Amino acid sequence: MKPLRKMLDRMHPSFSKGGKLEKLYPLYEAADTFLYTPGEVTKGPSHVRDAIDLKRMMSIVVAALVPCIFMALYNTGYQANAAIASSESITAFSSWRAAIYTGLGFGYDPGNLLACIVHGALYFIPAYIVTMTAGGIAEVIFSIVRKHEVNEGFLVTGMLIPLTLPPTIPLWQVAVGTIFGVVIGKEVFGGTGKNFLNPALTARAFLYFAYPAQISGNFVWTAADGFSGATPLGALAAANVSEGMASITDVTWLQAFLGQMQGSMGETSTLACLLGAGVLIATGVGSWQIMTACVLGAVGTSGLFYLIGSGSNPMFLMPPTWHLVVGGFAFGAVFMATDPVSAANTAVGKWIYGVLIGFMTILIRAVNPAYPEGIMLAILFANVMAPLIDYYVVQANVKRRLARNVA
Amino acid sequence: MEQYLSIFLKSIFVENLALAFFLGMCTFLAVSKKVKTSVGLGVAVIVIMTITIPANNLIYQHLLKKGALAFLGLPNVDLTFLGLISYIGVIAAMVQILEMTLDRYFPPLYNALGIFLPLITVNCAILGGSLLMVERDYNFSESVVYGFGCGVGWALAIAALAGIREKMKYSDVPDGLKGLGITFITVGLMALAFMSFGGI
Repeated sequence: MKPLRKMLDRMHPSFSKGGKLEKLYPLYEAADTFLYTPGEVTKGPSHVRDAIDLKRMMSIVVAALVPCIFMALYNTGYQANAAIASSESITAFSSWRAAIYTGLGFGYDPGNLLACIVHGALYFIPAYIVTMTAGGIAEVIFSIVRKHEVNEGFLVTGMLIPLTLPPTIPLWQVAVGTIFGVVIGKEVFGGTGKNFLNPALTARAFLYFAYPAQISGNFVWTAADGFSGATPLGALAAANVSEGMASITDVTWLQAFLGQMQGSMGETSTLACLLGAGVLIATGVGSWQIMTACVLGAVGTSGLFYLIGSGSNPMFLMPPTWHLVVGGFAFGAVFMATDPVSAANTAVGKWIYGVLIGFMTILIRAVNPAYPEGIMLAILFANVMAPLIDYYVVQANVKRRLARNVA
Repeated sequence: MEQYLSIFLKSIFVENLALAFFLGMCTFLAVSKKVKTSVGLGVAVIVIMTITIPANNLIYQHLLKKGALAFLGLPNVDLTFLGLISYIGVIAAMVQILEMTLDRYFPPLYNALGIFLPLITVNCAILGGSLLMVERDYNFSESVVYGFGCGVGWALAIAALAGIREKMKYSDVPDGLKGLGITFITVGLMALAFMSFGGI
């Protein structure tokens, strides 16, 4: 590693003040601190410093996302291969992807693990590259003009965005959404730590409302031409109420738990999200209070709906155990809701915030016929409410302590 | 009962006057710097709306609507063109009364709201609530629920915005966007989050 350090040190003068490339300093700084722990020490009066800085924290989130990424690759390929293998009339999209895929000598075989992963990678990797390029350019322009550091928060945002999109999404839309999320959702407020909405969800919500045809419905979830398949939530919402849960025919509970179902690329596997949750909780990066509160809120609300039952709304008939594994609930609760910037920050506030997310998710799923899935909008709504929740928690605390001192 | 609940929830979330119709923006943007004042203003708006919308409903149903004057033997008279002026008159009167009450009993809130209290008179959210009530032809009890719901929705929106703006004190907003600019962007993003209710 020595030569690398030496190379960075050699480059340092030309990037620092007065150097040739002074304006590009944020780029140098980003590369340097990504590779090495910064050498600067606090100069002023006493500061409390944690050994773990924002960059290591964000890297841990990316590491926690690895199981989800793996399942995204596998499931995207598996769904496409299974669809293509199932019928003559369903084919792969004739594009450069198919050319590369068949060029590598793979067939459309859902049983072949490697083939599925390669096929999935052909959809996931381009979306990821586009996200990182488009968002990265926006981020670097802002950091150069506004002279702040390029922040690793974008590594997480850039990883989350493609995971929340369906495989068939056009790549230009990925770029547009990412830029919206990064610029309007984060940079205009001054960068990481200053925004109030989760940038990745802002990007997705923007795409969802701007181009609904490419991100919802029955044709987008599987990368195969001529295939139509709804997500379990979509299928149930569209079903006749007398059929109830029987209308979810192609997915068993276990498949939904493992992640073999229709859905956005990274959101399908509850198991992968649980592994990620384990990493986040063990390292203390993600708040276990928020995750638990989300689950409690969702189980409570869906349990209530399930007990009430309904003669006209099939969504009331979905038991809580299913609500937890279908759609993006697990992914959202683990990775999106726990975003430390946009979530509530007080201890009590975290519980309220989490329960609000769980409650709203089920409410939107069950009561609002316009959207079969609710986790994205529920988290955005809770993000909007989080500062207010914090404010009242703090005020209540102030009041309680004042009362205690008087007595 | 279900119909009242539906009107109530709809007026708070789905058709939030601030975030879905963008009504009452001037006060919404100007008085949302602190949670405390904005909650005070929100409560004032709730009170005013809960009183004025049903009051205007009575005026509309019994005086202005076509055929409402039948009890005077004038079944063909249609006074709806007097709507705007009567509604705004009612609102102005109510605001005056509220102002005097606050001045007498809650001086801190009265001082905090300052000029914005009289300005509620011309808060388009309140007139808008009355006009929407007329357009949908609510009966009296529905208009009570609708007025209360509209007020709660607007108060919720301004309280949430104030919470966000208090948090944003630490934000490093580009110079050109400081102040109202970033607030407009914030409100737009909040409206995006409130889209979750569209379609209920």
